[in-house]
Amino acid sequence: MIEQLHIAFRNADKIDPKSIGDYIGAGGYTALEKARSLAPKELADEVKKANLRGRGGAGFNAGLKWGFVPADAETTYVVCNLDEGEPGTYKDRLVVEKDPHSLLEGMAICAWAVRSRQGYIYCRGEYPYIVDHLNGAIAQAEARGVLGDFKVEVRMGAGAYVCGEESALIESIEGHRGLPRYKPPFPGANGVWGRPTVVHNVETLVALPEVVSKGADWYAAIGASNYPGTKVLTLTGDVVNRQAFEVPTDVTLRQVIFELGGGVRGGRKFKAVQVGGTSGGFIPESYLDTPIDFDSMRLLGSFLGLGTGAVFVLDETRDMVDVATRVAKFFEHESCGKCTPCREGTYRMYEIMKKINRGDGTDEDLDRLESIGKVMLRASLCGSGQASPSPILTAIRYFRSEFDHKLKALV
Amino acid sequence: MPNYAEVLECFRDKPGGIIEAFHALQKEHNYIPREAIGEAARAFAMSEPQAYGVATFYSYLSVEPRGVYIIRACESAPCHVAGADKVIEALEAHLGIKVGETTADGRFTLELTQCVGQCQGTAVITINSTPYLDVTPEQIPVILSGLE
Repeated sequence: MIEQLHIAFRNADKIDPKSIGDYIGAGGYTALEKARSLAPKELADEVKKANLRGRGGAGFNAGLKWGFVPADAETTYVVCNLDEGEPGTYKDRLVVEKDPHSLLEGMAICAWAVRSRQGYIYCRGEYPYIVDHLNGAIAQAEARGVLGDFKVEVRMGAGAYVCGEESALIESIEGHRGLPRYKPPFPGANGVWGRPTVVHNVETLVALPEVVSKGADWYAAIGASNYPGTKVLTLTGDVVNRQAFEVPTDVTLRQVIFELGGGVRGGRKFKAVQVGGTSGGFIPESYLDTPIDFDSMRLLGSFLGLGTGAVFVLDETRDMVDVATRVAKFFEHESCGKCTPCREGTYRMYEIMKKINRGDGTDEDLDRLESIGKVMLRASLCGSGQASPSPILTAIRYFRSEFDHKLKALV
Repeated sequence: MPNYAEVLECFRDKPGGIIEAFHALQKEHNYIPREAIGEAARAFAMSEPQAYGVATFYSYLSVEPRGVYIIRACESAPCHVAGADKVIEALEAHLGIKVGETTADGRFTLELTQCVGQCQGTAVITINSTPYLDVTPEQIPVILSGLE
């Protein structure tokens, strides 16, 4: 039986999340003190050495990201991405519900490394109670003076999936339509109001206090060496235990689904799992012994690798074509419209998927999906457009017979 | 005449605060009235079309009048396989309206939404942002009568 290992959930259900006293009693804010005893460069090197990689979707080395912020910048910003809009994902909400001060401490540690005095938490509009919860925690931290001169403000999103993309998120903080920016320049050089900005997912930030207090070597030794640490996974769909688990990154999909998840509901057989959210790839039974780490998942055809850590299980009765059609609808709806490959590509993919799903598709339609998908992957402006073909193309790749079965019978 | 300026006053010093201001206006009126968009544009030194463009970009904000209770049914894949379509049909049948419409008495508006981050309990609907989990078509009359 695999064991859970709690980094993001280290205080979950052990302390009262509304009490900063409880958090401090559990050792909270001592890592921030330790971080502030180091030079910013030393701190960044330690985190780089820990190989802490982004937990939101792109898997980028956090310490390396800090290195892009010019050392002589006068004003810099730290932004927490709490816009989790990836269907099947609810990990960041749980982490913040259970332990908001770990996030504030993580942000303050990051702020020290990049010499920032202002942080923003961009919280999705669907979580208004989380906004209140965070504002309460910030007020307590300010009253205690634990954050020093680092200020944190919560900003609320308003239901746009694309705002999970960091440059679109920055546009939204600035009060604009959430359209991704052309890159470069990257946020590290030119972010919020043109200033150097570091954007991290919640789960990345909450790991920082543990990395600082226990050391880079401790963290780097946990789980898969190329993507060390733990990952919070949220199980959904046809799995017995639809809940969140935090595990080292070297566990396999099979362990996640059948040990933690308790297997498939209703005694039915497994058909597929989509890992990383709705932009992740659909994976068949034959690959279930793959470890969940970012790069292994990416090799299976999921553009965003492990992505957000959502694990969506489908049983033998599910219609892959129908599910993939619903996924195509999601991206058609959420494309922001700025770049042509994504705007037109998601529209056409949904159109073709509907056609196949109702039994009017042909072999040529499958070829069209492949070629549209290739263009989107290479030419879309941001990760949303680049990732969105993965679920459809992996569904075709691994479940081709279900598509063939639905194609129009040629006379 | 509603005093939109009063609400806007709390946000005008916040750089980029127009989205926060729209949330506050919507909380009060259930949507963002056209005149409020004009006032917001002036408060944040934007053109009116720019402010309107911000309001219409975000699916959580509405520029059309809506009912007292805004019911949003999630149609993302995890809710889809948990029977979201049947839940939506039950909502339409019970309310006598289609998705996107408001009941004649102005009480209920029915909208679709993508994932609201409560996938431990699919299918999910939200009513004025409060999530209802593991919803089945049979529960719809009970849930709605609880709001009367």
